[in-house]
Amino acid sequence: MIYLRLFFEFFKIGLFSVGGGLATIPFLQDLGARTGWFTAGDLADMIAVSESTPGPIGVNMSTYVGFTCGGPLGAVVGVLGLVTPSILVILLVSLFLKKFRDSRTVDGVFQGLRPASTALITAAGLSVAQIALFQTAQESQSGAALTPYWPAIAIALVVFVCMRLPKLKNLHPILYIAAAAAAGVIFRL
Amino acid sequence: MREYLQLFWTFAQVGACTFGGGYAMLPILQREVVEKKGWATAEELADYFAIGQCTPGVIAVNTATFVGAKRKGNLGGVVATLGMIFPSVVIITVIAAFLRNFAHIPAVGHAFAGVRAAVVALIASSVLKLGKTTVKDAPSVGVFLAVLLLSVFDKPLEAAFPAVAFLFSPVTYVILAGAAGLLISLARKGGKGK
Repeated sequence: MIYLRLFFEFFKIGLFSVGGGLATIPFLQDLGARTGWFTAGDLADMIAVSESTPGPIGVNMSTYVGFTCGGPLGAVVGVLGLVTPSILVILLVSLFLKKFRDSRTVDGVFQGLRPASTALITAAGLSVAQIALFQTAQESQSGAALTPYWPAIAIALVVFVCMRLPKLKNLHPILYIAAAAAAGVIFRL
Repeated sequence: MREYLQLFWTFAQVGACTFGGGYAMLPILQREVVEKKGWATAEELADYFAIGQCTPGVIAVNTATFVGAKRKGNLGGVVATLGMIFPSVVIITVIAAFLRNFAHIPAVGHAFAGVRAAVVALIASSVLKLGKTTVKDAPSVGVFLAVLLLSVFDKPLEAAFPAVAFLFSPVTYVILAGAAGLLISLARKGGKGK
């Protein structure tokens, strides 16, 4: 019964990959090697597709691997296996938070968590910026370790400024994403 | 029933607009969940991200479950999560079935390079918004800077202290920050008691 097996394998991945979609990659490599369901080359393609389509990367990759192993139903089963541990753990944590919401101890802990969370998001943004706005030594002609990639920087600046303008700041973020994708195609970024 | 549909639909939108990792969902979450629907406050969103970071699973999924559960209990958590994964399942299935070489189409590469640049701006403007409510006094600035420096320099730190390399992870930072927050609040309470 491939579907039960798929569910169980992805349940394990969901349970053990802590901290974001990219944390699932080593587990997926191991899964492919153990089961022979897909090769390392297949996985590289799946990562590329998952990174260039909407949706969280971990969810996209589970869907893709599930599809490769068991067709459309496999895709659904794989992704449900991945999210089941999350749902169980988070529902438990929510229950706990509801019960102790007014506790001073919990409130104190959150006073520390909020700036930490903001810092982690900032750091993630910086690493996206490094990939999106700079070229590595292989990509650029100058050979410097990190060369600013001006067309991408221009797009980022335009979007940032537009989001601060009173008239434009209520636009849906997807409009900026779509415009940037069009700019990327037109200017061959 | 209507509220469950609304949860599903809202998170399906969030899933469809999340490009390039879980953090890219922050701008759209701020807009849909905090500003338009009022389902959670900006501070709660920061809490969910921090907890989602050190609990099992994908951060985006954990955040969706949190918001859904807060709004409509356990079933709400499940419905929001299913909404979040719905666009991925549809899009990936179509690509896997019909567009095997999707990632190798040149236009896809160009479009995605543009999207990533926009995502940088979206995250930057979300962080500025979030920082206004989460980083406002001396202790919170201290925690923010400490975690930011540790996260940015995690590779050199791991190289410098190979024996404890596993400690340089967001899980550790979140736990330490929580402990720091607790100590600071206890110290403040003690100070007021005098």
